[in-house]
Amino acid sequence: MATSGTRGGLRLNAHKERSTTQALRAASPVEKLVLPLDQHAGAPAVPLVKPGERILRGQPIAQPGGTVSAWLHSPTSGTVAAIEPRPAPHRLGASTLSIVVANDGRDERHAGPAPSPFDQLAPEQLRELIARGGIVGLGGAVFPTAAKLNSAAGAADVRLLINGAECEPYISCDDMLMRERARDVVFGARVLLHALAAKTCVIAIEDDTPQAAAALEAAIADAHDERIQLRRVPSIYPAGGEKQLITAIFDVEVPSGGLPADVNTVCLNVGTAAAVASWIRDSQPLTSRIVTITGDGVLEQRNLDVALGTPLAALIYDCGGYTGRMSRLIMGGSMMGQALPHDDMPVIKATNCVIAASALDLQPRAAEMPCIRCGNCAVACPAILLPQQLHWYAKARDLDALETYGLMDCIECGCCDYVCPSQIPLAERFRDMKPALAERLAARTNASAARVRFEARSARLERIESERLAALAKKRQELAKKPS
Amino acid sequence: MRQVLYALIPTVALHVMFFGPGVLIQIVLGVATALAAEAAALRLRGKPLPPYLLDGSAIITAVLLALCLPPLAPWWLIVSGVAFAILLAKHLFGGLGANPFNPAMVGYAVLLVSFPARLLQWLPPNVAGFEPASLSFVETLTTILTGMPPERFTWDAITSPTPLDALRTDLALGMTMGEAHANAMFSAFGGKGWEWINLATLAGGGWLLALRIIRWQIPVAMLTALFVCASVMSAADPGAYAGPLFHLTSGASMLGAFFIATDPVSAATSERGKLIYGAGIGVLTYIIRTWGGYPDGVAFAVLIMNLTVPLIDRYTIPRIYGHAR
Repeated sequence: MATSGTRGGLRLNAHKERSTTQALRAASPVEKLVLPLDQHAGAPAVPLVKPGERILRGQPIAQPGGTVSAWLHSPTSGTVAAIEPRPAPHRLGASTLSIVVANDGRDERHAGPAPSPFDQLAPEQLRELIARGGIVGLGGAVFPTAAKLNSAAGAADVRLLINGAECEPYISCDDMLMRERARDVVFGARVLLHALAAKTCVIAIEDDTPQAAAALEAAIADAHDERIQLRRVPSIYPAGGEKQLITAIFDVEVPSGGLPADVNTVCLNVGTAAAVASWIRDSQPLTSRIVTITGDGVLEQRNLDVALGTPLAALIYDCGGYTGRMSRLIMGGSMMGQALPHDDMPVIKATNCVIAASALDLQPRAAEMPCIRCGNCAVACPAILLPQQLHWYAKARDLDALETYGLMDCIECGCCDYVCPSQIPLAERFRDMKPALAERLAARTNASAARVRFEARSARLERIESERLAALAKKRQELAKKPS
Repeated sequence: MRQVLYALIPTVALHVMFFGPGVLIQIVLGVATALAAEAAALRLRGKPLPPYLLDGSAIITAVLLALCLPPLAPWWLIVSGVAFAILLAKHLFGGLGANPFNPAMVGYAVLLVSFPARLLQWLPPNVAGFEPASLSFVETLTTILTGMPPERFTWDAITSPTPLDALRTDLALGMTMGEAHANAMFSAFGGKGWEWINLATLAGGGWLLALRIIRWQIPVAMLTALFVCASVMSAADPGAYAGPLFHLTSGASMLGAFFIATDPVSAATSERGKLIYGAGIGVLTYIIRTWGGYPDGVAFAVLIMNLTVPLIDRYTIPRIYGHAR
């Protein structure tokens, strides 16, 4: 589907420079790590260890619970303290079954598979190996990477898109990663190219990250791999949204309800590529990630390389603690992040950013006023929706109209909220209405599947009946022919 | 919405220059009525006063209606018109954001239908070639409050039809454009005074466009449609139809294009929808001005197109990302 490029979006103040002035360092180790079993998209992982069992760093402690699921590894050596429900950030503070690891401080390493040159493996073997590393999409969706690769592999002319366009304000973990580990990103891209049997790879970044661009350019040149190309996109939020980035880079639109694979594209975050590199090259499974700790409510704003399971409170402590201006804790960026009720929750694979926000960072919303149909939201909407109409129909709970006006195509980027002069929390309303519409669409799909089945059965019965009649008629004829 | 009011300052200033201070008194009366009616309606509906009363929308309704009335119109015209606009056209339909019709234009239409004679009593512009009766501020105020002109004047001595109205009457009497145009109220391409007021409104509208408070689709579509209609008809018969520049600079053309038709609540909402909506207003304005019985066509054109908005919205949903063309 040809397009006229991306539409809508907003130029936002990025607030990234404040967390990128200091070099990346590892977060201080903590005594207890909490690892939720459902921290990836898909089925929860199934524990392989029992409470009291001694484990080593990098040892698998939970295995996939389904085809779309992920391995989980211990970020440190120690013992399994408990397997019990613990509050989790992706559940907004509700409890979910987690493995609690008591750190023994010795950091003894589990002997993983011996590294072997990845290009000597068959693509399907390589994909299976990537699954073993517990690698999921680190851009926020935490979709198991191997599952994504498997669903796209085999398509002709599949191309790889490595997403380094970190468009959301405040988040700088990908920027930091590209500056300091550009080689890992490029190595990971090469592994992924092989795993997909793909011929081309674009690494896309925003045009306001010059250090990352320089580092990546150097790393690509060092790799002498002509399949990999660096491209810049304008830093207009949400440029790094998967659909928006695919449109900006390849000038095609991902069909409604479809996946990037429908336009022969596999899109993975730069952090995911680097995690693949660590696993395939160094046998380090995904047990840590880079997290941005920022906001006016924390003393030292920076990026840390954090062991999964580290409590958010420990990260804040590591950064000098809260300031007096701290008012709200957010996981994610300022546009799509979610407010957390407290900081006694672990860093998970999806934790890209923690904002300790003051009133300066996130102004409290003014009182909501009625929509005056000004249409600013429609101009800002990157999905080319009419949020003002959706709002009207969401209020009326008119599912027919919501479907017609494309509610399911909303990417919840929050641009409409941001520009609304009446301070209406539009994206939130749309998010709330989606389950009802999704349920109805699913019911319709089931109904049409049932109809197809019914029609097939009717046709089959009709055919059997007509065959029976034909056979009967034939028999009668034969009987009639026979001289009695 | 405050910027919309600022953008009307040039219009009001030229209004005062050409027609005296009457419009200022009308604005004060209108705004006071609007705020009182808005407060009463909010109280009755159990809504909080502060955010709603001061959002500016009621004030804009009052100012727009005041600009449409003759400067010396009696006080009860503006008061009843604004009260009708706020109470019936706005709050009975659900208040801010829910009114299907432009409240100011509903108020104007009600007054025009109920008191047509009063709405035709405009003043001659204060320009060279006229010796308009010059009323002091106190005389103006007294005239508005009592409904009677000062004793030294009669209504006929101080009032004059607008150029649009005069032209319509003259053409209806069988005059040609040339004959009608001999009247001193016409200038080279428009009506004296009115052309400047319209240009000032165009400037204010341009400022709103530059600030992105309004979008270009509706004004451009409306003015283009008006221009095209007038060009085609005057080219076909220059003796019987006024030219495009006269139409663009007369009556409420610019006020309608930039300040009335752009009211987002009652306008179409998608980009394509706005183009259709604006063009419809332009065409209807021309038709009502040329063949209708009213001195101007903007108000009824806007109200008729308000009616079509749900239909336009329904058929101009933009192609959503990822959907087939």
